[in-house]
This record gives sequence, structure tokens and C-alpha cells, in this order.
Amino acid sequence: MTATAPPALALLPPADDALVLSHRLGEWAGHAPVLEEEVALANIALDLLGQARALYAELRDELGSEDEIAYLREERAFRNCQLVEQPNEDFAHTIVRQLYFSAYQLPLHHRLASCVPVAAKAAQETAYHLDHAEQWTLRLGDGTEESHARMQRAADALWRYTGELFEPIEGLDIDWHGLRAEWSGTLTDVFGRAGLTVPDGPGTGAWSAGAGRQGLHTEPFGRMLAEMQHLHRSHPGASW
Amino acid sequence: MTGTDWPLWEVFVRSRRGLSHTHAGSLHAPDAHMALRNARDLFTRRSEGVSLWVVPAGEITASSPDEKDPFFEPAGDKPYRHPTFYEVPEGVQNL
Repeated sequence: MTATAPPALALLPPADDALVLSHRLGEWAGHAPVLEEEVALANIALDLLGQARALYAELRDELGSEDEIAYLREERAFRNCQLVEQPNEDFAHTIVRQLYFSAYQLPLHHRLASCVPVAAKAAQETAYHLDHAEQWTLRLGDGTEESHARMQRAADALWRYTGELFEPIEGLDIDWHGLRAEWSGTLTDVFGRAGLTVPDGPGTGAWSAGAGRQGLHTEPFGRMLAEMQHLHRSHPGASW
Repeated sequence: MTGTDWPLWEVFVRSRRGLSHTHAGSLHAPDAHMALRNARDLFTRRSEGVSLWVVPAGEITASSPDEKDPFFEPAGDKPYRHPTFYEVPEGVQNL
């Protein structure tokens, strides 16, 4: 470690991002288009869960145990971005969500690697997540008329949740403009090769979404959280 | 799109340097690039390997069960093909 460690609470937004996206990907279990892809998505979900746990461990003094943080907080206490809580919809939405998020998470981990121990290891995992999303984007974007249309629809629909990713998180002293430039570069490159159009609407602004970092979430998140927390809340302290 | 539309690939995993690739199983994938990634997710998720091969199953020419006798039976009574008629010189550890 070379740089000063950020305040623990600054790690809550990235930790919640990882947990929530992990849960969304886990929802594909039993429903993925093919068995091979189901295992791939589950692997990514487990990587993200591991990242969330490592970060929650840093927050123990502020927020309590991992279980308390994950299962006993109300919706408004979650600091994940709204992008990761969006429902899986069709496979195209899931892949575009993965692409938008991994393209952001990879340079974020690179920037945090010097001061957050888990980030260096997580960067290896995230590089694979980005590759996975990229491979599918290329094949579906440049696939059939149907797959292309679905990918473009997903890219447009999720675009308005991307601006929030680059609103600085208090306590994380990193180069947010550079991060955004890197993210845009990745998307322009991948979409270009996939024959998809990078949406031109604003990622933030009056009509766009994005207050997840302040604890405001979209409607589907409440239902997801209810399902995720149901077991723990019904049987507090249960173990197996 | 279902798995049955995709070609079958045979997966070979090398568990560590110095060993040969060993057949680990098979999977469906649309192309070689994706087959390699699926193989990584299916067969090396518990650190089983350091190298992967994927081979289109259709490209493998296999011996036929009908030819089993002419193929393999003649070797059965030729023990002299085994290197068991030598005195192993002292000091030779691996033969």
C-alpha cells in the first residue's frame, strides 16, 4: 500500500454496487439461456459477492457485521448506483448492464489498488467480467437483426443510469474525469466493433436518473431487496 | 437460441506445467473463442488448470467399436513389447 487508505464509509458505495449486482446476476440461476452461460453468470456473481464481503469487512466498526449490513439495512441506507439495481429483463439488458458497469469498475479498481487491498485482486476478476460482456456485445450487436435490435434497445434504456457512476464519491480521492474518459473510450471501441450506436442522450440531467449514491432508488430495487432480505429477517441469526 | 444449436467442443485441461493436457469434458459454444471462456468457467473454477484446449468434437476422428478386435486384440499376447526383459541398471530412477 502506497497511498493513504480512504475513510471506511467511502467504501460503502462500491461495496453496495457489488452486492446488488451480484444478487441481480444470481437471479439468472435456473433461467439462463444455456447452461454454460448460467455458470458464467454465477461465477461473476460470486466474484462480486466476494468483493462486497471484503469491503463490508472494512466497515465493521461503522456498520456492524456483513450480515447486518447486507440484510438489515433499509432501502434508503443502500448507496449503490441505480444502474446495478435495474432488473435483468432480457439477456441483452443483462449484458449491457454488465458492460456499462465492468467498464467503470475496472478502471476504478485500478485507481484504488494502491490504497484498498481488495481492489488489486478484484481488478483481475473485473477484467474477466469486462471481457465476458464485451464478447457477448460483439456477438449480439453484430448477430441477427433481432439480437442487434435488443442490444440497441438495452443500451438506450440503461444509458440514463450511467452518469451517476462518475459523480465523485466522498472520500475516494481519484481522478473521476480520467475514469469517465477511460469508460467512454471502452464503450466507443466495443460498440463500434459491435455495430451498435453509443446513445447520445445525456447520462445525467433533468430527465435522467441517478441518485442511488444518496440512497434514492428505483422502484424495482425495493422488490429485489425484499426478496434478498426475506430469509434473514424471518429467521434472524439463523445459520447452516 | 438453445444449446443444441451450438456445436459441441471437447475440453482439455493441463493441470500444471510439465503435465499433458487431459480430457476434462465437453460443452456447447457458438465459436472457439467463447468455448475457451466457457471452459474456463466450467472446468477451471476451482484452480484445476494452467492451460486449456478446446477442440470441435466433430473434428475428432475416433476408432470405431466395430473395429475394436482387429485394432486392439493383436497386442494382447505380445508381452515382449513391454520393456520388462531388461535388468534395470543401478542408479536409474525413472524408466
